[in-house]
Amino acid sequence: MAHLTPTPVLEPAQDRTMILNMGPQHPSTHGVLRVILEIDGETVVRLMPDIGYLHTGIEKTCEAKFYQQVVPLTDRIDYLCPMTNNLCYVLAVEKLLGLEIPPKAQWLRVLLNELTRINSHLVWLGTHALDIGAMTVFLYCFREREEILKIFEMVSGQRMMTSYFRVGGIALEPPLGFFDRVRDFAGYFPEKVDEYENLLTGNPIWGMRTKGVARMTVEDAIALGATGPTLRASGVDIDLRRDMPYSSYEKFQFKVPVSQEGDVFARYICRVQELRESIGIVRQALDGMPEGPIKANAPGVVLPDREKMKTQMESLIYHFKIITEGFAVPAGEVYQAVESPRGEMGYYIVSDGTAKPYRVHMRSACFANLQTLAKMCEGRLIADVVAAIGSIDIVLGEIDR
Amino acid sequence: MPLSPAITDINELKNHPAVARLLGWKSDAIQSVKFDREEMTIFVDRSNLREACALLREDSACPFNFLSDITSVDWYPAEPRFEVVYHLLSIPNKERVRLKVRLDSSSPAIESITPLWPGANFFEREVFDLFGIRFTGHPYLRRILMPEDWEGHPLRKDYPVEGYR
Repeated sequence: MAHLTPTPVLEPAQDRTMILNMGPQHPSTHGVLRVILEIDGETVVRLMPDIGYLHTGIEKTCEAKFYQQVVPLTDRIDYLCPMTNNLCYVLAVEKLLGLEIPPKAQWLRVLLNELTRINSHLVWLGTHALDIGAMTVFLYCFREREEILKIFEMVSGQRMMTSYFRVGGIALEPPLGFFDRVRDFAGYFPEKVDEYENLLTGNPIWGMRTKGVARMTVEDAIALGATGPTLRASGVDIDLRRDMPYSSYEKFQFKVPVSQEGDVFARYICRVQELRESIGIVRQALDGMPEGPIKANAPGVVLPDREKMKTQMESLIYHFKIITEGFAVPAGEVYQAVESPRGEMGYYIVSDGTAKPYRVHMRSACFANLQTLAKMCEGRLIADVVAAIGSIDIVLGEIDR
Repeated sequence: MPLSPAITDINELKNHPAVARLLGWKSDAIQSVKFDREEMTIFVDRSNLREACALLREDSACPFNFLSDITSVDWYPAEPRFEVVYHLLSIPNKERVRLKVRLDSSSPAIESITPLWPGANFFEREVFDLFGIRFTGHPYLRRILMPEDWEGHPLRKDYPVEGYR
């Protein structure tokens, strides 16, 4: 990172080229991404992303917290898909502990994760279209996103930083009327997707700005570590929800959209189809929601119910012990990956047998996906850089951690 | 699923595709193995790492063709102090394996695997930045998250959580 030495890191290689700095306060870099471009006229010769402006040292902070105190930190990594990060972290800790999670909690996690995916994809679609010049889509997308944020607020008390999942289950029963509201949303959302597609998919201007732009081959995508829609748009059929299922995803039927072209338009189509698949999963989760408890039967790990604390001495003691001392996790290490809206989100946790994680590492999908940017843009016009950045759907909070 | 004890006997695990491939290459390629919580960990020597990765990537039966992640763990003050951790994924077989290399604190350096996977570039820069482990043969080994003129490597265990004031 070069905050203190703002000279470009790149030097022009030839007489005819010049260095152009883009960001970190550029509106279309989705946060604080700085891109250094070497250009020959309007053509990009070399491109280098410069990151680190949002680095907050979350991995280090985690080492000083109890396991349950890390959950709110995971929201802040990727502020567009907090539930996915919550899920990935609690799954990793549960794997370390060897905990069995009741089906209702697993299904609720799936339901909320798919809503999160829709939420994240709506922000992506809106801002990506805005970057390329289609302003209306942004307003439409944020209209539907608002409803999802209200659903999140209803269930967790927070619009964005939800911290709703706990090690061993979820925090609270969803409130009365929650399922009806989600069902409502699931009812009218597919029409709204048609509406976005009417504005974009057949739009000739959109096509000119996206088709054939920022192409990436299968080989490059795999070699550079791309995951998620960025990889699937290049023709690799992998989705961790289907191929390495977690949290009962094997009980849901859904298609994994794959395109072959590998350009901006293909990535757009993949994500728009994912919106439709996600709402299908939400509907299945609503229809088949099992009954039962929402927390695992593990008194030393899961906080007891408020009611029990008032009547049972044992619960009060467990509550006191978990809050003051945390819970010890058997020594070992796990790598748990989930399919976040952006790709493979992985948590690598090392435990030394105490109540604080010895090491927490987040494998961020955007961090790896960002490396594909240079390959996509070299030899293309500057205007395509903006389309390419939008198409890999980056969140700088997740990249810099 | 209650926890079952970790398996560390190499004879019990030699049917795993990655273990079989590495044993087929050199009988001493593997230092030790661990199968714990459904995850396979293979310890290799630092001199064998790049070749081991290349072999696993090109394996015909189960190609570990995707590099998921590179990170490191600091076991200060124990020696060897660092573990560099590589997570590989086989996209066709949906299989994961974790390779680990132990490095002592006197010369924490290892061969870069950017020639195999260009995507290792950022991951190795991050490990270099936060742990101070050098990757020989890396095309651009500079700090990536911390400022250029930062002193120290924050994720080392002897670096205080609050930083130096």
